Amino acid sequence: MSHTFPRGKTAIVAASTFGCGAMPGYSNVELAHSAAIAALAQVGLRPRDVDGLAVVLMDDPTAGLSFAEALGIHPSFLSNNRTGGSSFQTHATMAALALDAGLCEVVLIAYGSNQRSTAGKLVRAPRASPWESAYKPLTPVSSYAMAAARHMHQFGTTKAQLGAVAIAARQWAQLNPEAFLREPLTMAEYLSARLVADPFSVRDCCLVTDGAGAVIMTRAERAKTLCPRPAYLLAGAESSTHREIANMADLTVTGVVQAAQRAYVQAGFGPKDVDVVELYDAFTINTILFLEDIGFCKKGEGGSFVEGGRIAPGGQLPVNTNGGGLSCVHPGMYGLFTMIEATQQIMGVAGARQQAKADVIIAQGNGGELSHEAVLILGSGATV
Amino acid sequence: MKPEKEYLEHLAAGCFMIQRSTSTGEYVFYPRVAAPGSGVTDLTWVAPSGFGTVYSTTVIRHRPPTPHYNLALIDLQEGPRMMARVVGMAPEAVKIGQRVKARVQLPAEASAELPMVVFEPI
Repeated sequence: MSHTFPRGKTAIVAASTFGCGAMPGYSNVELAHSAAIAALAQVGLRPRDVDGLAVVLMDDPTAGLSFAEALGIHPSFLSNNRTGGSSFQTHATMAALALDAGLCEVVLIAYGSNQRSTAGKLVRAPRASPWESAYKPLTPVSSYAMAAARHMHQFGTTKAQLGAVAIAARQWAQLNPEAFLREPLTMAEYLSARLVADPFSVRDCCLVTDGAGAVIMTRAERAKTLCPRPAYLLAGAESSTHREIANMADLTVTGVVQAAQRAYVQAGFGPKDVDVVELYDAFTINTILFLEDIGFCKKGEGGSFVEGGRIAPGGQLPVNTNGGGLSCVHPGMYGLFTMIEATQQIMGVAGARQQAKADVIIAQGNGGELSHEAVLILGSGATV
Repeated sequence: MKPEKEYLEHLAAGCFMIQRSTSTGEYVFYPRVAAPGSGVTDLTWVAPSGFGTVYSTTVIRHRPPTPHYNLALIDLQEGPRMMARVVGMAPEAVKIGQRVKARVQLPAEASAELPMVVFEPI
C-alpha cells in the first residue's frame, strides 16, 4: 500500500468547455451534460464507459445522481463534494486516489451553470447567517473587498496594482476566442469604474456568465492509449481555514500556503519549476494573494509583482492564460476552468495563447470567501 | 445551552453577549456548543466590554436610492472577531485600526429587519 500521493499515475485525457457566455434556455444539468459529451467525444468514449463521476450543480444537492441518471451512467465511485469553486480540484484529487485504488476506470468531472441567463447574480449562501445577515454584506464581493483593504493597509498595495491584474486578464482574454470580454481595458477605464464595495469596482469582480466544463481522468497506462499528450496529475492538496470571512485569521494569508506546500512535496517540484499558473481570480486581489501564497513572491509583494506586465501575455510568468474569471468565464464556480485551461496548455491546443513551455502547470481552486483552497499540479509526459 | 437561539434572544432584548469558557477563560464568538479546538462545553454567557478595533472595512454601494453603508470586521477586546457595521460617521471615513465601541441597534431604531450589534467611534 502506498502512503504517498499517486504522482503521475493518473491523467486528464480530455477537457472541454460548453456554452461559455450566455446560453439562455439551457438548464444547469443540460449545460454540464453537453460539456461531458464533448469531452468524451475527444477520446472516443461514451457515457456507458464512465464508472467514476464527480459533479456539482448549484441547484441540485444530489447532482451526481441526477447527472448520472440522465446519461445512463452507473458509477462505482461518485462524489458530490462541494467546497465552493474549488470543488473540482477536490474531485480530481479524490479521482486520482479512486483510480489508483482500482475503484473505477474512467472518471468524469463535470459542472454547468446558467447563472447569467437565469439570475444574473452571484450565488449566495443557502442559509442566511445568523451572525452576518443583519449587516447585509454583499457577499462574496464585500468579503474579498475587505481582504483587499487589509492588504492595502498592511503592505501599501495600490488600486493600480489591482488594476494590473484586471488588465492582464483582459489581455489574455483577447487571445482567447471563447472569452466573454475581449475589448481592450485601459488603466484609466479601470480606475474610473463604478465602486461596488470599496476598494472594488465592477472591474475588480469576476464575470457572471453561463458555462459548463468537463474533464475525463484515467490511469496513466490507459491515458497514453487515449490521448497523445495527457495532462498527468502530479499533486492534489487542499486546505480549509474558515467559512465566513470574520473567521479568517489573517485576511492577507490564505490556505493556499498549506495546500501549495503539500502539493509541491507530492509533485517534487517548487515554484521555480512552474511554467504556467491558472489561479481562481474571482476578484483582482485573489491573483495577488495566491501568487504570494503559492510562493512566487514574498507576502506583501504581490502588488509590485504583477506590475509591468509580468503576468500578462509576453510577461515572465503566464498567469490565467484563458482570461480568467475576470474576463473569460465565471459561471458561479470557476475551479474546473483552471483545470481545463491547464490541460489545454499541456496538450498544446491553446491556440494563440499557447505557451511554448507548458510542462508544469498549477490549476488552483478557491471556495467560499477565501475559505477553501485547493492546488493541483498537472504535468506533461516529460514530468513523469 | 442552545447557543444561536439564546444569543438572538439576548440581542432582541438589547444585550450583546458572547461566550466564555469557565475552565480555560477563552472567549468565543460566534456562539456555539463547544469551544473551537479544545471542544470544552463549559461555555457561559458574558457581557463583553464592548471595546473593539476595526480590522477591515468596506462601503457597500448599491445603486441609488439605496444609501451607502459600512461593513466592517471588528476585533473585540476579548479576542474574537465579528462582522458588524460602524455607524455614527460617514461609512467611507471608517479606518482600519480605529477604536470603536459596541451598542445594540434594535429594528425600531433603524427601521431594519433584525437587531444587530453596531459600533460607534470613540
